Amino acid sequence: MKTQYEGKITLTEYLAPSGELLHPLPDTAPDRETLLRYYEKMVLARQFDNKAIALQRTGQLGTYASLAGSEAIDVVTALQMTQSDVLVPYYRNHIMQHLRGMDLADVLLYWGGDERGNSAEAQHQDLPNCVPIATQCLHACGVATAIKYREEARAVVTVLGDGATSKGDFLEALNVAGIWQLPVVFIINNNQWAISVPRALQTIAPTLAQKALGAGIRGEQVDGNDVFAMHERVSQALERARSGKGPTVIEAVSYRLSDHTTADDATRYRSPDALKTGWEREPIKRLQTYLHQQGAWDAEQEQALQNTVADAIQQAVDRYLATPAQPVASMFEHLYAEMPRSLRQQRDIAVAREEETS
Amino acid sequence: MNTLATTAQLTEPLSMVDAVNLALHRAMREDADVVLLGEDIGPNGGVFRATADLRTAFGEKRVIDTPLAENMIAGLTVGMATQGLKPVAEIQFMGFIFPAMEHIICHAARMRNRTRGRLSCPLVIRAPFGGGIHAPEHHSESTEALFAHTPGLRVVIPSSPQRAYGLLLAAIRCPDPVIFLEPKRIYRSHNQQIKDDGEALPLDTCFTLREGQDVTLISWGAMIKETLAAADQLLSEGIECEVIDIATVSPLDRDTLLASVSKTGRCVIVQEAPQNCSVGSEIASMMATEALFDLRAPVARVSGYDTVMPYFRLEQHYMPQTDQIVTAVKQTMEFS
Repeated sequence: MKTQYEGKITLTEYLAPSGELLHPLPDTAPDRETLLRYYEKMVLARQFDNKAIALQRTGQLGTYASLAGSEAIDVVTALQMTQSDVLVPYYRNHIMQHLRGMDLADVLLYWGGDERGNSAEAQHQDLPNCVPIATQCLHACGVATAIKYREEARAVVTVLGDGATSKGDFLEALNVAGIWQLPVVFIINNNQWAISVPRALQTIAPTLAQKALGAGIRGEQVDGNDVFAMHERVSQALERARSGKGPTVIEAVSYRLSDHTTADDATRYRSPDALKTGWEREPIKRLQTYLHQQGAWDAEQEQALQNTVADAIQQAVDRYLATPAQPVASMFEHLYAEMPRSLRQQRDIAVAREEETS
Repeated sequence: MNTLATTAQLTEPLSMVDAVNLALHRAMREDADVVLLGEDIGPNGGVFRATADLRTAFGEKRVIDTPLAENMIAGLTVGMATQGLKPVAEIQFMGFIFPAMEHIICHAARMRNRTRGRLSCPLVIRAPFGGGIHAPEHHSESTEALFAHTPGLRVVIPSSPQRAYGLLLAAIRCPDPVIFLEPKRIYRSHNQQIKDDGEALPLDTCFTLREGQDVTLISWGAMIKETLAAADQLLSEGIECEVIDIATVSPLDRDTLLASVSKTGRCVIVQEAPQNCSVGSEIASMMATEALFDLRAPVARVSGYDTVMPYFRLEQHYMPQTDQIVTAVKQTMEFS
């Protein structure tokens, strides 16, 4: 019997939960300025998340999907992307969208039940939030097909959860990305939970990254709470994509520190101990400890940052809350490039009702 | 076969599938953003040869044989279209389109609306459909109503080579997602010279194939053949039928249909699809709500039965026949 194929999956980690380095950093590690920028945006992400949940709890926002626990994954990936790259997000990538140009007020507008949250020109060619699980993986491959067709040096990044790896869309996307050597990076935010179903019930495979091997493409695990590991692996994957060397799957191992959404109550299915362990490994505290130890950060800077970020978020909230609702007629617009005659009649009925009832 | 006329001259007589091929050639010549993808569409030219010679003419970059996954094909077209390409995907048979439904309904139909026009999905998904060619299971159904029910899609069904040519050009140039369903029973049933002038036909207007005063026959796709045959027979018996090919089954050109029925006072709808919750149901409902006082007789429907499409030994019993249309019209005429 001959061995036809042998695969292996590596795990990249540099920064331990304690904030200590596990190994010496490579030359390509982010400099202090970059680290501080990561830290600042991770703090922004966490504060924004808390604010959005508070808005939902007070009836000022719809159901909201928390990003807590994915700050390192999202911030590092978004800041490694260039403007000409394309983001194909799922529904937990608020801070990535913001770092690529989307006003936080528009993020809130989306979660506040208004399509205009997806409309700002600042989002360029990025796709809007994708709700049906894993379908965005194929859209990312379609975007990458367009980029490859035009022979452009741009990368596509799509993000998915661990539950999404059980869907055919994900596997079909890996398959076609491999065959066509598409410039796409799949980031699995393995936060261990698909609503109430733990990672162990999704697949018996010991890693999610190894699913890439079945499609003949590169797959690897990264500590998703470690900015050094994320920085190194994402930048290499993006560079491979932009230079025509094909796709990569990065399984970023993290932990969902929140409920699935504000409509969920994780205490029904998750033990307090598991959550406590999750918090002990979380990305922001880990980086903060490291920065303190390096003498790059102190309590005074921390307080100033928290205040600045709080002000910026409050301004976004104010803009969001001041946004008037779309007129009723808007639901008929943008359905087709040109409104069909039959739809115009229905619009007129709806508008007349709006005028009667207002 | 050289059908690539560069001036607006008439081609040799072409079948509908050749007309589809001719339109694809022209669209690809005109616009470098038009890219074809599907299963077996490359060197094989598609199982019905709708994409014959296109790989030779435009290369593997623009005529792409995909892995065998319909869901993937639809998902790719969504992503490609958001970036300004105009993908024209072939689903080999409509019976295999169901894995693609999520991308068609949840994404293609919504992308423009969801982004308030920032992004759009100018894609075409072609699929041969309908019965009558003695095909295996899942190769003969008519499920256009599933798409017609979805806001944001255009659903187009040609019934002749010239209309296949003009409507497919329109579908490819259309900034909206178009489901383009090709009735395979008439793929090669008759040939027609085509004016290859690149003129698109409208996607918002029915085609009145024959004018008449007594009754309006409304149909689309392959059933136009039997509908016209019935109209011929009825004319010999002194009944003048107005025959309308709706062609774009969604969004529907209601005005043309209502104007005709208000003139004739009688309406017979002919469709191959099952009757329950069908495109014919919508037309009948429209007549009941908007043309009731013009009607001189109940609206009649000649449809496929509300059964699973039988295997081919019985398919002729499933599909409406000319004599059934004639009978329905005569029953309608009995009301004064």
